[in-house]
Amino acid sequence: MTTRSLLNTLAAGALLASTVLFGCSKKEEPKPEPAAAPAPAPEPPKPEPLKAAWIYVGPVGDAGWTFAHDLGRKGVEAKFGDKVKTSYVENVPEGADAERVIRDLVAQGNKIIFATSFGFMDSMVKVAKDFPDVYFEHATGYQTSPNLRVYEGRFYEPAYLAGIVAGGMTKTNTLGFVASVPIPEVLRNINAFTLGAQSVNPKVKTKLVWINAWFDPPKETEAAQALINQGADVLLQNTDSTAVLQTAEKNGKYAFGWDSDMSAFAPKAHLGSCLLHWDVYYTKAIGDVLDKTWKTDMVKLGIKEGGNDFVKMSDAIPENIRKKVEEAKQYLIDHPGEVYRGPIKDQSGKEVLAKGQVADEKMKAEMNFLVKGVEGKIPTSK
Amino acid sequence: MNELASFIGTAFASGTVLAVAGLGLLINERAGVINLGAEGLMLVSAVTGFAVAAGTGSSWLAFAAGAAAAALVAACFGWLVIWLNANQYATGLAVTLFGTGFSAFVGVSYVGRKLDLPLNHSVPVLGDIPFLGVALFRQHPLVYLALALALLLSWFFWRTRTGLIVRAIGESPDSAHALGYRVRLIRLAAVVAGGALCGVAGTFLSVAYTPLWVERMTAGRGWIALALTVFATWRPGRLLLGAYLFGGVNVLQLTLQAQGVQIPAPFMSMSPYLATIAVLCIISSNPAWIRLNMPASLGRPFFPSQ
Repeated sequence: MTTRSLLNTLAAGALLASTVLFGCSKKEEPKPEPAAAPAPAPEPPKPEPLKAAWIYVGPVGDAGWTFAHDLGRKGVEAKFGDKVKTSYVENVPEGADAERVIRDLVAQGNKIIFATSFGFMDSMVKVAKDFPDVYFEHATGYQTSPNLRVYEGRFYEPAYLAGIVAGGMTKTNTLGFVASVPIPEVLRNINAFTLGAQSVNPKVKTKLVWINAWFDPPKETEAAQALINQGADVLLQNTDSTAVLQTAEKNGKYAFGWDSDMSAFAPKAHLGSCLLHWDVYYTKAIGDVLDKTWKTDMVKLGIKEGGNDFVKMSDAIPENIRKKVEEAKQYLIDHPGEVYRGPIKDQSGKEVLAKGQVADEKMKAEMNFLVKGVEGKIPTSK
Repeated sequence: MNELASFIGTAFASGTVLAVAGLGLLINERAGVINLGAEGLMLVSAVTGFAVAAGTGSSWLAFAAGAAAAALVAACFGWLVIWLNANQYATGLAVTLFGTGFSAFVGVSYVGRKLDLPLNHSVPVLGDIPFLGVALFRQHPLVYLALALALLLSWFFWRTRTGLIVRAIGESPDSAHALGYRVRLIRLAAVVAGGALCGVAGTFLSVAYTPLWVERMTAGRGWIALALTVFATWRPGRLLLGAYLFGGVNVLQLTLQAQGVQIPAPFMSMSPYLATIAVLCIISSNPAWIRLNMPASLGRPFFPSQ
């Protein structure tokens, strides 16, 4: 057998194998070139289940942000069973490719599409205009239209509770925050964390490091290490992996889980996890479509609605701090979203909220300052 | 002072992954084969190493398994590129794509799992010295192995007969073939050895540096290692310098941020790459030096005359 005939046989075999595999696969990955998608098997005639699709910015395997969304999707499957058929596409880059993926999902018959990252906003707005009878749901965005709804978690509520714990547990009065990208949502989390800590320990400072990515475990590790080297002994992050928590464990410091329950990763370092329960929202959204009561809105879910929570508080936390966390939690259930209560000064000393004032939705949505006590700047250009 | 010591220690750990992968690629490229699949090899070894560590609890077995997995994939790459004379660049890219996808697929059940391995290492007596101990002697064993490896490779390539033969094959495989050396076998050995080292680097990442598995966790370090090898003009000493410089600047910009120094965001991300390119280009800017060190047959297929 010559080299050429060997190569020919191998190529034919590979082509055959891939055709068979594609015919059997249910999940899709975004393809690099516009190859024709294989035709799905025809569905047997019965009451059409509602087709719902999710697009994720990262891998389901991140054990953080995307993982939590996928748990929500699975919650929908568990609740609605046969009435719904879900699918998802992971690792969709934010940008032009996202639009192609969304259009592809609409073409496949999905009647409701969830986009789980801020960067999908422009693509969702564009595609929503072209398909007025399909429902679009965008997480953490700020643009709506008659068939495009925005939903967001009040992530800063559990961040505030984590701050209370951090303020109570720190011995060096220095906390650390590993931040992703400088958008208002992240600034809200940093500020809430610091304010929570200052409510039990006014001397506390938060050191801040930006890694310019939502998910990069080696970089998160290095950022956490840099913060620890500078004296931080309790860390929080809003990046998507367990790296910061594990670095804290390695150095004998404390940290928190973010987006999902990370208590298993660091038995000594873990103080609590800021959890997201997306299934609460996703089952509501699917229910809206099935009951034909869907309407556009800017939905916010916090501790009160069951959308997020602060769980698995460590036994190392003293009783008085736990009580403060419970009190703050109850306050947030009774007054959803009221984390930023005056008087609050920003880093330059200017008063941004007077005593007795509470930050409204506009101020929170456009937050562009860091509170006094945060050491670190907002990068000037993104 | 303690902060400086911790900084040095962190920089060393950060640069080690790049150093070990880069040394593996150096072996490849000195023999004349360019393996763009470094990223894929590192991912395959990362998932294999993590799986073995999770299953057996042994760090050494994990490293061995990771190196073996990467060596296996590298061997397939070697066969395609050396015997079937496929285009080295395209095949390397294919290995990267394969490695990324395969590791993600195999690793799905390992996401969210924890390893029961010791997190802190310290050299028995030296690790307790006040400044130097924290800076230099509290690292994972691989950090010291990387230094030893660089010395070993320097000695091997420039002081031994076998190393001379490998370099000769990298410069002119036709001449080596005419002298009777088994060019293709030696190239395969270089590819497999280089692949195994990339595997060790990848396993270090998932088992020691950040002990977790997620898709694409190497985040481009294979590519950085490839670039480092070229910028270091294929010399082990300069490669180490570049790797630690890269790791150091990376940790430096994070440390400066933690100290409150204002740096524009894009510049922060650029700085490690800029610094490394700048330094290595300056020290290797002599054209004669480049001509002397670049393997002349790099990337070109070899056909033993029949």
